[in-house]
Amino acid sequence: MHQTLNTTLLIIGGGPGGYVAAIRAGQLGIPTVLIEGQALGGTCLNIGCIPSKALIHVAEQFHQTHAHSQHSALGINVAPPTLDITQSVAWKDGIVDRLTSGVAALLKKHGVKVIHGWARIIDGKTVEVDGQDLRVQCEHLLLATGSSTVELPMLPLGGPIISSTEALAPTHLPKRLTVVGAGYIGLELGIAYRKLGVEVSVVEARERILPTYDSELTQPVAESLKKLGITLYLKHSVEGFDSTTQSLKVRDPAGEPLALTTDQVLVAVGRRPRTQGFNLEALDLKMNGSAIAIDAHCQTSMRNVWAIGDLSGEPMLAHRAMAQGEMVAELIAGKQRRFEPVAIAAVCFTDPELVVVGKTPENVQQEGLDCIVAQFPFAANGRAMTLESKSGFVRVVARRDNHLILGWQAVGVGVSELSTAFAQSLEMGACLEDVAGTIHAHPTLGEAVQEAALRALGHALHL
Amino acid sequence: MGTHVIKMPDIGEGIAQVELVEWFVKVGDTITEDQVVADVMTDKATVEIPSPVSGKVLALGGQPGEVMAVGSELIRIEVEGAGNLQESASAPAAATQATAAPIMPAPAPAPEAAAPAPKATVAASAPYEPAPFVAREASERPLASPAVRKRALDAGIELRYVQGSGPAGRILHEDLDAFLRQPSTTSASVPGGYAKRTDAEQIPVIGLRRKIAQRMQDAKRRVAHFSYVEEIDVTALEELRVHLNEKWGASRGKLTLLPFLVRAMVVALRDFPQINAHYDDEAQVITRHGAVHVGIATQGDNGLMVPVLRHAEAGSLWSNAGEIVRLATAARTNKASREELSGSTITLTSLGALGGIVSTPVVNTPEVAIVGVNRIVERPMVVRGQIVVRKMMNLSSSFDHRVVDGMDAALFIQAIRGLLEQPASLFVE
Repeated sequence: MHQTLNTTLLIIGGGPGGYVAAIRAGQLGIPTVLIEGQALGGTCLNIGCIPSKALIHVAEQFHQTHAHSQHSALGINVAPPTLDITQSVAWKDGIVDRLTSGVAALLKKHGVKVIHGWARIIDGKTVEVDGQDLRVQCEHLLLATGSSTVELPMLPLGGPIISSTEALAPTHLPKRLTVVGAGYIGLELGIAYRKLGVEVSVVEARERILPTYDSELTQPVAESLKKLGITLYLKHSVEGFDSTTQSLKVRDPAGEPLALTTDQVLVAVGRRPRTQGFNLEALDLKMNGSAIAIDAHCQTSMRNVWAIGDLSGEPMLAHRAMAQGEMVAELIAGKQRRFEPVAIAAVCFTDPELVVVGKTPENVQQEGLDCIVAQFPFAANGRAMTLESKSGFVRVVARRDNHLILGWQAVGVGVSELSTAFAQSLEMGACLEDVAGTIHAHPTLGEAVQEAALRALGHALHL
Repeated sequence: MGTHVIKMPDIGEGIAQVELVEWFVKVGDTITEDQVVADVMTDKATVEIPSPVSGKVLALGGQPGEVMAVGSELIRIEVEGAGNLQESASAPAAATQATAAPIMPAPAPAPEAAAPAPKATVAASAPYEPAPFVAREASERPLASPAVRKRALDAGIELRYVQGSGPAGRILHEDLDAFLRQPSTTSASVPGGYAKRTDAEQIPVIGLRRKIAQRMQDAKRRVAHFSYVEEIDVTALEELRVHLNEKWGASRGKLTLLPFLVRAMVVALRDFPQINAHYDDEAQVITRHGAVHVGIATQGDNGLMVPVLRHAEAGSLWSNAGEIVRLATAARTNKASREELSGSTITLTSLGALGGIVSTPVVNTPEVAIVGVNRIVERPMVVRGQIVVRKMMNLSSSFDHRVVDGMDAALFIQAIRGLLEQPASLFVE
C-alpha cells in the first residue's frame, strides 16, 4: 500500500532553481515538498560553479607562488611550491559541504519537506519516489532537474576519459590533459590544470576559442593561453581514444589524422537539459528542442506544471534558474509576475575573466540598431596595473539616439565582479550619461566602466 | 509718457454689452499700432479689436468670457507722448496706475490675475493630461527599473501603455503614479477590455456657445411654440431643379432646394404678412416687414449661426442661391459681418441629408416663424388610385402662437406646399 503525501507544490530537483523556489514558496506559506536524488545544491554547488571556482582559486594561488619562486618582479622570494591535491580537494569539499548544508538548513527553516530519492512522474499531479513506496500528490509540479554533461559517442566516459565532474575531484593530477571543447567549462578547467602544472592541450572543432563570444573579447584569453603554454588545436575534430597508445585521435583542418598523447581526456562539449530518468514522457510536454518549452511565466504546456533552469534551455545559468524559481513560487502564491529580465550576465572564469551582459556589437548590428560602441583598456587603469594585469578592456554598447545602454562586455582580471554593475545599469535603463555621471571609486577596475561610458560620449579622461 | 485707454467699442447697433472672447496680449507686452489685442463678440459676430497706438500693456479690463458694457475700459496702454487719459496726462508714469485704478470697472481683476487664459484654468483643474502618447508595439520592451516593473505587475498595468518621462523614455515611479491617477481607458489590465471611466471635462460656456444658450433659453421661455408638419410631394420640383441645373448649372451656378423654398416663402408671405414679422413683447408691438430677410440657420465650427439673405423678395433663384452659399461659407469660417448676421424677418432651417422626418425648430426671436426642412425620400404614394413612387419631403415649422394663429400657420404652410408641388406657380405673378 502506497503512502500518500499531499502538498500544494512539489519540486523535482534541489539545484539553484529548485531550492530557491522552495525557499520562496516556504516564505509565502505554500506547503512545499522537494525531491532530490543526489545532494542539495545540484550541479552548481556540487559539481559545477562552486567547486570549479574553488579549484581555480587553488590553481591561481599555486601558479602565483610558483611565479614568485621564479624571480618575482614583486620582490617576493619563495621556494618552488608543491601541491597536495588531496588536501586541495578536501578544502573544496569543505566549501561545498558548508554550502549544501546551508541550503538544507534554509529549506528546513522555511518549512520545506525534503525527500531524498529519485522522483518518477505518474501524472501532472502525482509523483512517486522510487524505492520508498511513497506517492506525492500536488497541485503544482515544478520541474527543476537541471542538465547533464553532453557525452561524445566516440569518447565514452570512463578511465582516462573524464567529464567536468571527475576533473573537479581529482585524486591525482595527470601529467598531460587534453580538453575537448574550448567553451567556458573546458577553458576554465584547462587553465586551472595548466596552472597546477599539468601539460594541457585544447581541441576545438570550431576555428576559435569561446566561439559564442566575439573574437575581440576572447583575444586577451587567447593570448593568456599562449603565455600559459596551453596548446590549441582549433578546427580539429575528435575521432576517438586509443588506450594502448594513450592518445587522442583527431583530424587536423586538412583532414590528416593526428594522435595526441595524453593521460586524461576531459570532455567539455556542453550540457543538455536533463529530461531522462524521471518518466517525464508521461506528461508529453511541448518541447523546445531538447528543452521543455516554457512561456514568460515558466509555465509548460500543461496547466500547473512548471519548468525552470537548465531543463528549460539556454542560457543554462544558475542565476537564471534562481530568478525563475523565485518567480514561480510567487506566481503560485497568486502574485502577478513575469520573467522579463533585460539581461542575464554570463561570466567565464577564465584567465583573464570575461563578462557579457546584454547586447554585443554583433547583436545590435544584426538587429540594425544604430549604436555607439566604445571600449576602455585596462592598460590605462591604475588598479589593473597594481594587479599585474594590463590586458583586457571594458566595452559598452549604447543606442546612438538616446544613449540608452544596451550591453556591456569586459575581459580582464577580476572583471566577473563588474557583472553586478553591468546588469544593474541595464535593468535600471541607464544611459551613458548616468554611468559617466556616477563617481566610481579610485583606484578600482570600475573606473574603466565609467571611462568606457565617457569614451562613448566622446570625452574619456584617461585616454 | 502717457496712458492710452481703449474702451469697449459699440460694434453692434444698439448693443449695450459685449463679450470679451480672447486676449492676444498680456500685461507687460509691447504692442505696435494696429496689432490685434482682443476678440470681442456681440450677437454672434466676433470682432477683432486693434490697438490704435504703440506702447506697453499696463492693464487688461476683463477676463475672457466676461460680458462688458460698451464704453467700459478694455485695455490700458502706456504710450510715448500724452496718451488719451486726461487726468493722468501730466502725472508721472508710476502714479498713473494708482490714480487710474478707481476708474477701472468694478469687476476688473488685478492685471496679473487678468492674464491667464481660460485654458490655464481648465488645465489646473484637470487631473492628469499626458502628452499625446501612442502605446508601444508589443515587441518593443518598455524601459523601466525592476522595482517599477514589479509595481506595474502588482497593479495589473501593462507598461507598454505607460509613457516614460525619464532619460531614453524610461518609465519612472512618478510615471506609474500619474498613470494610476489618470482616468484612463487603458488602465484595465486587459487591453481592449471595457474599462470604467471616471473622467469628466468641464468646458466653460462662453462666447458663441453662451450666446446660443441664451437665445435658445429666451426663445423657449417667451415664445408659445406651435409646430406644424406637412408632407410635400417634391417630385415635380426636383425635376425642375435638375432640369435647370442641366441647362443653366454651368453658367449660373447649381441650384439647391433652398432658393426654391425661399421663393415659395416669399410668394406665400404676400398673403400672410403676420408671419413675416417681429414681435416686441416688451413694447407689445408687432412689426410686419415688407422685405423678406430670410435667416439661414448654419452650423459653424463653434456652433449655430444665422446669416441673413437680405431682400429675398427681390432676388432671382440664382442670385438668392449664390448669396446663400456665400453667407453659409462666411458664417462657417467666422467671417460673417455683424450686418450679415442680423436683421432676419423669418428663418429657414435645414439639416439637408440629416433632416430626418420631423423636427421642432425653435423660433428665432423676435421673429414669429421658422420653417424647417426635412429629408427628401422616395415613398410609395397613392396617386389617382395607383401606387407610385414619389419624392416626398416634410416641412416642420414652428410659429409664435402668441401672435400667429394655428389656422394662419397651417394655411401658410399649405400655401407653400401648393407652390412647391406646382413649381410653375412659384413664378407666375
